[in-house]
Amino acid sequence: CHRLLPKMEGAWEIAFVLFQVWLSIVVGLIVLPAMFGVSLGFTDIYIKVLVKTLEWATLRIQRGQKEQPTLPSQSANGIIEKDDGSMEEEIGELRRSHPKNLAGGDFTMCDAFYFCKKGIENIVEDQVTQRFTSEELASWNLLTRTNNNFRYISVRLTIIWGLGVFIRYCILLPLRITLAVIGLSWLVIGTTLVGLLPSSNAKNWLSDLVHITCYRICARGLSATIRYHNKENRPKKGGICVANHTSPIDIVILANDGCYAMVGQVHGGLMGVIQRSMVRSCPHVWFERSEMKDRHAVAKRLKDHIADKTKLPILIFPEGTCINNTSVMMFKKGSFEIGGTIYPVAIKYDPQFGDAFWNSAKNNMVSYLLRMMTSWAIVCNMWYLPPMTRQDGEDAVQFANRVKSAIAHQGGLVDLSWDGGLKREKVKESFKEEQQKMYSSMIVGLDCHEASEGPV
Amino acid sequence: MGSTSSTLLKIPNVEVLMQETGFSPAHIIRLHDRFKALDKEGRGHLCPQDFGAIKELAMNPIGDRIIGAFFSPGKETVDFHTFVKILILAHFRPVDKNRPKEPNSPEPINSRSNKLKFAFQLYDQDQDGKISRDELLKVLQAMLGMQVTEEQLESIADRTIQEADLDRDDAISFEEFRKSLEKVNIDHKMSIRFLR
Repeated sequence: CHRLLPKMEGAWEIAFVLFQVWLSIVVGLIVLPAMFGVSLGFTDIYIKVLVKTLEWATLRIQRGQKEQPTLPSQSANGIIEKDDGSMEEEIGELRRSHPKNLAGGDFTMCDAFYFCKKGIENIVEDQVTQRFTSEELASWNLLTRTNNNFRYISVRLTIIWGLGVFIRYCILLPLRITLAVIGLSWLVIGTTLVGLLPSSNAKNWLSDLVHITCYRICARGLSATIRYHNKENRPKKGGICVANHTSPIDIVILANDGCYAMVGQVHGGLMGVIQRSMVRSCPHVWFERSEMKDRHAVAKRLKDHIADKTKLPILIFPEGTCINNTSVMMFKKGSFEIGGTIYPVAIKYDPQFGDAFWNSAKNNMVSYLLRMMTSWAIVCNMWYLPPMTRQDGEDAVQFANRVKSAIAHQGGLVDLSWDGGLKREKVKESFKEEQQKMYSSMIVGLDCHEASEGPV
Repeated sequence: MGSTSSTLLKIPNVEVLMQETGFSPAHIIRLHDRFKALDKEGRGHLCPQDFGAIKELAMNPIGDRIIGAFFSPGKETVDFHTFVKILILAHFRPVDKNRPKEPNSPEPINSRSNKLKFAFQLYDQDQDGKISRDELLKVLQAMLGMQVTEEQLESIADRTIQEADLDRDDAISFEEFRKSLEKVNIDHKMSIRFLR
């Protein structure tokens, strides 16, 4: 009996040592470089290796199953032939056979065919479908999606799937949770410490440092690869940064490359702790629930914030921030009525590894985060758009739409949930303009002089 | 063997579908996978919102009309069968010239005439068999948006009706529609073909 005890102690010691080693690896290889903004290149390599491995596994397994070998050339082209001509070329071809001479433009009813074809093409195919045959796509989905819609396809695939699940849940997940914990505790401790300092430039600089390093750690914690575009348009102090909202992770992604003053509702619990400590080191804008109802009070506070040019730019998601979870209406017009310069940002997630979208009706925050942390990686692109201000004669709603369409045009709004006709309208508005512009330039561009000549 | 046939079996009435559409099993499976991918809730049928989630479709000026074409009046859902049939009807596959023409066989789904009917329906939203001036204006508005003035829209509509409306009833019937597009080669350019 007492021979077991030393063994158990030994086992605990070993476990403890292993834990220490592991922790120091994590700190050394992930946390420290994150703090200095140095990328050891692990995440990039990881993603490249990941994609290649999964593709190889997918194709390999399916090829093995088939009776007849398929020609490998299809994989690159998608499942349907697509004409890559521009709108002008394709409509031009359509019209060529039309008896009336339409070289100058003008509308004909067969133009609708062009749009119809494009629409149907899009119904049949999207980015991910393109790369694989249908069996291969099923395998790919199985390996990359976290949702366990398990469909038995073959033994080999099941084994690899199981391996993938194991890696994701037992290796990646603990690692990521550790990083998240480190990141958040660092944020709380760091900001509290910085908060003790008297106001000075040093304090601001330190505060920025603390914030950014925390977000960087969190980003590593999600295996996030972010590509920034047009960094010269980065939001400046005294401005308002506006972005499309896909998931709570947007904040981590944005704050990885700059410091922002967050806006949101005061929460209790862990969130509240974080909020209170953040505000000690630099001014964020947290509203009590009662204050949120009064739009003027909200607008006033925001106005005051941006009037002070030493304060960080405000970060707002016009569709509703994830922190405060109040209705979309509250900020929709509000953020655009405050004045100041708006810096739009477009964020687009790469759908390769699954949906980053948070369906708040279906998953709560915790299960959503769990899903994100057990997925392979998150890849996204971020575009900084040139600053915009409200023009004369433009009201807040029009301004808001203009900004939205700029964001949508740049990045493409990713799937939004269709709750409420409100969101549906927005998407239509912003996207279609581009298509409409292109088409109308064909029709009306040369029509103008005809119209002015009067009816023939 | 393997996954192909087992997947096929899961699709109801797949034999009939293959016969009516002329798609190979592989094609049907691709479409079925696509159907399932769109059906995020896994309900076995699609509703308009599922189509709406396709980003590029939302960008299409007549996107919602195309979506509407999948749902017969009064119906809120579309099952896989109907989904495939309408895809074929809309634009898949040029009319199969190699198929032997039996005198009494029903017109193939994707005949030119049916395709024209499909396009006609995009214009004729109230399904009364005629494209009224109003309906034409609405389509023009969808396609041109705010890029043109009201007057320009009206003049385009007027001109179009003038040219196509042969019986002078200020509307375009299907026959007139068909006649005005007589020479237009929609089959070749406007068809979608599966690779392989």
